[in-house]
Amino acid sequence: MAVLASSFSNVATVILMVIGLYVVIARGNMVKTLVGLGVFQTSVYLLYIGPGKILGGSAPIIAPEIATYSNPLPHVLILTAIVVGVATLALGLAIVVRINEAYGTIEEDEIIARDPDA
Amino acid sequence: MILRHLPALIVVLPLLAATLCAMLRRPHAAWLLALVVSLAIPPLALALLLQVLAEGHVSYWLGNWQPPWGIEYRVDAANGFLLLLVSLVGGAVMIYARDSVDREIAEDRRVWFYAMYLLCLTGQLGMTMTGDAFNVFVFMEIGSLSTYVLIAMGRDRRALVAAYQYLVLGTIGATFFVIGVGFLYLTTGTLNLADLAERLPQVADRRAIMVGLAFIVVGLSLKLALFPLHQWLPNAYGYAPSIATAFLAATATKVVIYLLLRFVFTVFGRTLPFEELALPTLLVALSLAAIGYASVTAIHKDNVKVMLAYSSVAQIGYITLGIAFGSETGLTGGIVHLFNHGMMKGALFLLVGAVAYRTGTVTVAGIAGLARRMPVTFAGIAVAGLSMIGVPGTVGFVSKWYLVMAALERGWWWLAVLVVGGSLFALVYMGRIVEAAYFRRAAAPAESIAEAPLSLLVPAWALVAGCVYFGLDTELTVEVARGAARTLLRLSP
Amino acid sequence: MSAEVATLLALAVPAATALLIAMSDGRPNQRETVTLTGAASLFAVVAGLAGQVLGGARPSTGAWAVMPGLELRLAVEPLGMLFALVASSLWIVNSLYSIGYMRANREPRQTSFYVCFAVALAATMGIAFAANLFTLFLFYEMLTLSTYPLVVHKQDGEAVRAGRTYLGILLSSSIVLLLTAIIWIQLRAGTGEFRPGGIVAAMSPGEIGVLLAMFAFGIGKAAIMPVHRWLPAAMVAPTPVSALLHAVAVVKAGVFCVVKVVVYVFGLETLTGAGTGGWLVYVAGATVLIASTIALYQGNLKRRLAYSTVSQLSYVVLAAAVLTPLSIVGAALHIAAHAFGKITLFFAAGAIYTAAHKTEVSELDGIGRRMPWTMGAFAVGALSMVGVPPTVGFVSKWFIAGAALQAGQYFALTVIVLSTLLNAGYFLPIVYAAFFKRAHAGEHAHEHGEAPWPIVVALTATAAGTVLLFLLPGLPLELARQLAGVKP
Repeated sequence: MAVLASSFSNVATVILMVIGLYVVIARGNMVKTLVGLGVFQTSVYLLYIGPGKILGGSAPIIAPEIATYSNPLPHVLILTAIVVGVATLALGLAIVVRINEAYGTIEEDEIIARDPDA
Repeated sequence: MILRHLPALIVVLPLLAATLCAMLRRPHAAWLLALVVSLAIPPLALALLLQVLAEGHVSYWLGNWQPPWGIEYRVDAANGFLLLLVSLVGGAVMIYARDSVDREIAEDRRVWFYAMYLLCLTGQLGMTMTGDAFNVFVFMEIGSLSTYVLIAMGRDRRALVAAYQYLVLGTIGATFFVIGVGFLYLTTGTLNLADLAERLPQVADRRAIMVGLAFIVVGLSLKLALFPLHQWLPNAYGYAPSIATAFLAATATKVVIYLLLRFVFTVFGRTLPFEELALPTLLVALSLAAIGYASVTAIHKDNVKVMLAYSSVAQIGYITLGIAFGSETGLTGGIVHLFNHGMMKGALFLLVGAVAYRTGTVTVAGIAGLARRMPVTFAGIAVAGLSMIGVPGTVGFVSKWYLVMAALERGWWWLAVLVVGGSLFALVYMGRIVEAAYFRRAAAPAESIAEAPLSLLVPAWALVAGCVYFGLDTELTVEVARGAARTLLRLSP
Repeated sequence: MSAEVATLLALAVPAATALLIAMSDGRPNQRETVTLTGAASLFAVVAGLAGQVLGGARPSTGAWAVMPGLELRLAVEPLGMLFALVASSLWIVNSLYSIGYMRANREPRQTSFYVCFAVALAATMGIAFAANLFTLFLFYEMLTLSTYPLVVHKQDGEAVRAGRTYLGILLSSSIVLLLTAIIWIQLRAGTGEFRPGGIVAAMSPGEIGVLLAMFAFGIGKAAIMPVHRWLPAAMVAPTPVSALLHAVAVVKAGVFCVVKVVVYVFGLETLTGAGTGGWLVYVAGATVLIASTIALYQGNLKRRLAYSTVSQLSYVVLAAAVLTPLSIVGAALHIAAHAFGKITLFFAAGAIYTAAHKTEVSELDGIGRRMPWTMGAFAVGALSMVGVPPTVGFVSKWFIAGAALQAGQYFALTVIVLSTLLNAGYFLPIVYAAFFKRAHAGEHAHEHGEAPWPIVVALTATAAGTVLLFLLPGLPLELARQLAGVKP
């Protein structure tokens, strides 16, 4: 319990990572795979931001009374990563739409049945 | 003034051009813009390389922010040459592109093709140049996302599925890479590669660093299609438009291999990965598996592009084998094969693209008897094929020589024999293509098939000529590879 | 001209000829003239060079650094000179023969045929004059690749399959065994140069033994069993190709490489001292006997000649394996002797096919009456294979047997005696049947005369050469002696 409390963000990271990867691997529906991918990427955001918070630190503002502040750099990095994630998701969904037009389905096993070389 | 800002220019030019391209209406105008920019970059890369050769390394502070807080572009012997290679291939492919794109891509999408191509170029150039770990991720994703689009533009509907699979696997790879970088950042507080190299040995918690290394290696391995994480490559290269395949086969995986080299040798230093983590054993095993499995699979494929794609997986195995030796000879062999394979595969995919241009088919059955109608094209394929087998006088031989020498230096006889044995697989699958083209009766006498147009043949044959020239005059390539190897192994500053 | 220039010309002339032939496509007479002129020019250059080499010149030229520590270089020494002489002189004859054969049989794709021949000759010259292992390997592979289109010339299913065997065996053996051995030597000895006395003195006997094996089986063109299957498979090619393969270029290049490696990479004294090279005598001897036995059972004339070649090639290897200066003389001489004899036999086989459309030994009864010149030449060639005076085959066998006796190699001696009997067993009956049996009356009896005149001229010339070399062996003998006298 103490582990859970003190490293909640790390535990959450691991759980999300595993859930995300599982969904990607185990689900044959293409949209669901993309959802899993998104969950997986979210776990990475947590991985960076969680440790960035310094206990007892404030927001990064330069002012005489503030001595410690949380690290702003992970937030910057993760903003970039979120954008990349959004772009990936958008592109992925666009491709899925086109696949649906071409094959009439978005289940991976049905597509492989139709086109064994795909 | 330009000379001072070369690194930034090299990345900014194609990035801006991509945006401009997307706003154009006429495909040929887009092509022209892409061509001009693609041809403008090699001279810049060459100038940068000359600077590097003169000064040892070039360090460019983006926005004039001092590293390690600011992002640094750092070019040294290891990546200066790769920059030149990527930009040269980019330029050569663009010359070839107009006719091929007109033939293979729907009219309303051509402008987007050129825009995505320029973005892909930006991503790869940026990946090669940057000296900041997270910046690597950013450029990697810029390159990858545009690659997914390029592949999805292929004619066959299987290209869509291939692009989707590449997207999923590629994103997992990139995310693993970010996780690894995250561990490095958490333990050292810096993202600058050179700074990481200094700080990592001082970190007390070795386990976190090893986990970081593991994630980075796995993530990069997914991107460079190291067996068994290669599943996405054959279909992606096989069904993409011809020039996309040619460009990607020659550059994409090479840049990621460079990143692997950079992280394993420069950032982590040779000791940790090689002695503490048993990376060589793993790499040797996977490389051999790649060479064996991929070559054998290539032999049975009917689609020539898919066959060549599996061949690429095998050849990547050779490069990682060179890395696994960790010796100067081994690394020289691996790095020189990076360049040589880029030339060989680039030439092959361009020539096969020419065949597709004229006939619309790329199956072994489909090219039966074509050598009579397209003699120059198939002569090029035969010569490039000889290079793949590793006949002396071609670049393929040079790489094999160094790899075998590196194996023998270690006393690993069995490995030397396996390396040369792998050439025999190449003999079989290239032999299938050559036999079908030269000795089989054409299926249906198609009188209308003529030789490929010059715009396609000239760049392709330039690469073929390179295969032979650099096989006979290896001074440049071997010296650069050796310089890169020595820099990575910290044998010279 | 200087010896250095001549050496370079020896490669440049056939290469230029190839180019000119390609440009003469569509003009057959011009093309054949170019071929003959090129062949004659090459012989002139090589003969001139031979004169200088006999006088002691050892030119070295053409150095081109390919990789750090690896350079392409040409250097002439007695063995290479002998090989080059044999190859260049027989190219002229073979070209004349080819013209007759290809035109009479109306073969397609003649231009690419002659071009590949010329390129193969350039590669052969490169092998003959290679100064180090890398150069040798490069031209060796070039020879394999340039003769492949010749083997599959007919382009039907059988030819393509044979081509696969040909290319497969030759490239596999050379890449897996020969190349690895070369890199190994380069690494351990620091050099790949051919030097009198060899370069492997510093290596352990075990290493030397393994390396010798890698060279023996890696040089697939020497057709040491079991790396011999490509030879009978290549018989699907038109006869001029078989003549070239079995007398002039490919197989001679194979045994030439073996002898060269034994003398200049290993060195006779080093090999004798190491003691791990003795097995080669047994392997070569076995090849001689087994191949001759197989030849006895071959009904197809060309296949019988192919297995005879496998057997005769291992005579050279056997002689080299005896490891004495005298045996090296015998080996070198046999390279020349077998070349002239075998090419005559193949010419005859092709003449029979062209004139009478016969390919089986059983069909040759009485054919000597209709084709006296052809079968006469065949008889001379057969006698040379058996080793009967006044043919040059006798001279080389004399030296080899004498060397074996002198060295106490009784196994080798036994092999020579036994195989002579076997040779007689599968050659002489053909000659007898051709002249002294009545021709079959029946379906195949159709009127035919001698083969076309270029063919007859060619085979008469080589048969005459076989006898001439017996009477005047001075040139090859002197070169062989200079080779054997080579001291570190």
